[in-house]
Amino acid sequence: MTTPTPAPAKAPAGPPPAPARTTVELRNVSRWYGNVVAVNDVTMSIGPGVTGLLGPNGAGKSTILHMMAGFLAPSRGELTVAGAPSWRNPAVYDRLGLVPERDSVYAFLTGEQFVLASAKLHKLSNPEEACRNAIEMTEMAAAANRRISTYSKGMRQRIKVAAALVHNPEILLLDEPFNGMDPRQRLHMMDLLVRLGDQGRVILFSSHILEEVERLSGTIQVMVAGRLAASGNFRDIRRLMTSRPHVFSVRSSDDRRLAAALMAQPDVAAVEMTGKGLSVRTTDYGAFTASIATLTRDQGIRLRELLPTDESLESVFSYLISN
Amino acid sequence: MFNSTVAAITLRATLGRRRALLFAIPPIILIGLTIILRSSHAPSQSWPGEILGDFGFSVLLPLTALIIGTSVLGAEVDDGSIVHLLATPVSRLSVIITKFTVAAVLAIAFTAIPELIAGLIAPSTGSKLAIALFVGAVVGSVIYTAVFVMCSALTTRAVAVGLLYVLVWEGLLSNLIGGVRILSVGHYALGIANGIDRDPALGAGLSLDTAVILGVIVTVGALWLAVRRLSSFGISGDAAQ
Repeated sequence: MTTPTPAPAKAPAGPPPAPARTTVELRNVSRWYGNVVAVNDVTMSIGPGVTGLLGPNGAGKSTILHMMAGFLAPSRGELTVAGAPSWRNPAVYDRLGLVPERDSVYAFLTGEQFVLASAKLHKLSNPEEACRNAIEMTEMAAAANRRISTYSKGMRQRIKVAAALVHNPEILLLDEPFNGMDPRQRLHMMDLLVRLGDQGRVILFSSHILEEVERLSGTIQVMVAGRLAASGNFRDIRRLMTSRPHVFSVRSSDDRRLAAALMAQPDVAAVEMTGKGLSVRTTDYGAFTASIATLTRDQGIRLRELLPTDESLESVFSYLISN
Repeated sequence: MFNSTVAAITLRATLGRRRALLFAIPPIILIGLTIILRSSHAPSQSWPGEILGDFGFSVLLPLTALIIGTSVLGAEVDDGSIVHLLATPVSRLSVIITKFTVAAVLAIAFTAIPELIAGLIAPSTGSKLAIALFVGAVVGSVIYTAVFVMCSALTTRAVAVGLLYVLVWEGLLSNLIGGVRILSVGHYALGIANGIDRDPALGAGLSLDTAVILGVIVTVGALWLAVRRLSSFGISGDAAQ
């Protein structure tokens, strides 16, 4: 149902959208409040799949999301959602769904009434069916007839997602969707977002919790102090950070002999014996991973495990902030 | 332009709050006062015009319209739930017109109808004064709610701004300085009521024509400003340190 212009697309939620490359584009976007710069000259492109917008509190994540959602005007630069500006353009909501961070919903409505109202506001041809599909998609059918005021935090988030999905948008923006959720609710929400991303939708969520982003998305946009500090696959980003050694965990049939051989390699900065094997610090990710197989074969050592240990998002994030 | 889904949500949100109990207080006071005065005063006295016109239009009507007018939009803006409404293709004009209509109907129900009932209860007024009061209160409800919906769209302190307008501008200044009345919604309502049934006790300061023209201008202007402001409705994001 994807079309190049905001057509009155009134299909109910459920079937995935056509796999067109719908994107959210920011070109040199800045936003300031008086003298305070919230977002500074950010250029980014968000395509289909799940993307995490990561950064510490105050980094400008919410400002970026609100600008994408049409609730803030960029002070400078150009921002388009599926090819159209989102500011002062209600037609963009035919293709975009927003799950705001604030836990403010019409608590006097039942979950079903809330989602149905959203379907009607989107002028869907069959709002009841769209409502049912969206509620099923978020697995809220069992609680759909209860008032939202009785919902847990996780259920509120899911019903907000259902309302945002009811018109089958190609783009879904979620502001800190995991805030206040317990671990089970988080896993549930993560599964849902992965499924939506796999359907070809553009799913962008903000978070300051590294573990969430790492588990959910390989693609990140890292905001630090209003600037885009990094963009892309977080493992690729880590590999590009050549000024900081990469750390590998290595286990072999003869760790002590392998340690001596590794120290002779020019790209190895340090080797440490640990209780479980070796911890190797290398300055050249590519050269090390390419040479270690040859080295162990030549030494007659059997390589049992080779794991990068500092490729966690936390490592990437700490590095970016400190630089 | 009128959106029934927005109207249904607005109506439930407005009448579902405890604040809605406040709506019932002014009509109870007005009708109760009328019954007490009717039993304690001679039929020939002029109190109906003073109480139902001056007091009813200067105090009860604006305060009721203030509570209702700021509830239909301001409460959703304050708690952020308005985002769920605005993140849809429904035009901002439609949102404002719908919320204004709901507010105006509620204000009419809680002010104009009690004015009519009190006017019919009051002695020696005849049905003409009761109808004049009713029409004046209907028009006053419409204009006041437009102004207070606009206040909700413009500021998060709509109730405070509205109270200042009602108590200082209308209650104090418009009675001291004649020129202030041209920007007094209460005087538009009184002017219209007085145009239908002339009664000096109403204390009308504007002619019927002036009241109608200014009332239309203020209503349209207030709604236009509200739509314009809602079209630029923003959520404050976090700021970089």
